[in-house]
Amino acid sequence: MSENSIEARVKKIVVEHLGVEEDKVTKDASFIDDLGADSLDTVELVMAFEEEFGVEIPDDAAETILTVGDAVRFLEKSTA
Amino acid sequence: MFSLQGRRALVTGASGGIGSAIAEALHAQGATVALSGTRQDALEAVAGKLGERTHVVPANLSDAAAVDALVGQAEAAMGGLDILVNNAGLTRDGLAMRMKDEDWELVIRVNLEAAFRLSRAALKGMMKQRFGRIVGITSIVGVTGNAGQANYAASKAGMIGMSKALAQEVATRGITVNCVAPGFIESAMTDALNEKQRAAILPTIPAARLGTGAEIAGAVVYLASDEAAYVTGQTLHVNGGMAMI
Repeated sequence: MSENSIEARVKKIVVEHLGVEEDKVTKDASFIDDLGADSLDTVELVMAFEEEFGVEIPDDAAETILTVGDAVRFLEKSTA
Repeated sequence: MFSLQGRRALVTGASGGIGSAIAEALHAQGATVALSGTRQDALEAVAGKLGERTHVVPANLSDAAAVDALVGQAEAAMGGLDILVNNAGLTRDGLAMRMKDEDWELVIRVNLEAAFRLSRAALKGMMKQRFGRIVGITSIVGVTGNAGQANYAASKAGMIGMSKALAQEVATRGITVNCVAPGFIESAMTDALNEKQRAAILPTIPAARLGTGAEIAGAVVYLASDEAAYVTGQTLHVNGGMAMI
């Protein structure tokens, strides 16, 4: 995984926002169940993704982003 | 108590009577203050009086794009934003039956919508830094109503409801959202009252006088302080006892 890959950038944002250990931020990790995020954190994360990747994530899409992998897949698709 | 040393505050309507008193009081407690309003000269005059730790960021709050840019400008000038005081407001009085659409819309847009847009923008940075104070200057008439002010009363009541909703959304992040509700205060707004109106109002105020901008500012300083961290979603009425709610 290169440092500039979407996955690496997503993980960096998650580590910074949630203050969690990097090795906990796996693709299967759920923001709320595994990483201790509350609903406000998930909104902040979505906004941080939007800013980092220059995309707009509509509310109905945001609702489907539950894990780190969900975010990576969504952003890979929308920035492709 | 109530030190605001190191805090960065944005005050809208900062050249008016109440707004300049609020800016002065926040500044006196140690805050850096960004002064916003439509009249650059008047803002410069307030800034000149306060001296260091002041910035002038003019904006017309009836212009949505200007409103959306304002928080960013204040953050850029001060290196961040800790305290937002939504003070700017205007009146377009008239009995409802004769009230023009423009007068309704302008009052709602400036008094309520701009306060929402500024709060939304400010919350972004406040959420990240896990600290923030938003204080809305509402009005006694937002709670009691007032004939001839359907638009103004609606905007001020709206501000109270909005503040309660925002307060609930961000309480876990060290951010409080409160209102101060002035009664009759010596300002350009009450200067517009004629003698007859004044004579009718005074007997309804137990303190038997109009309030001062400084007395509103004191309430804002308290709500902006660290000491008020556990006070959120509230409206502090400063009205000489005119309405005890």
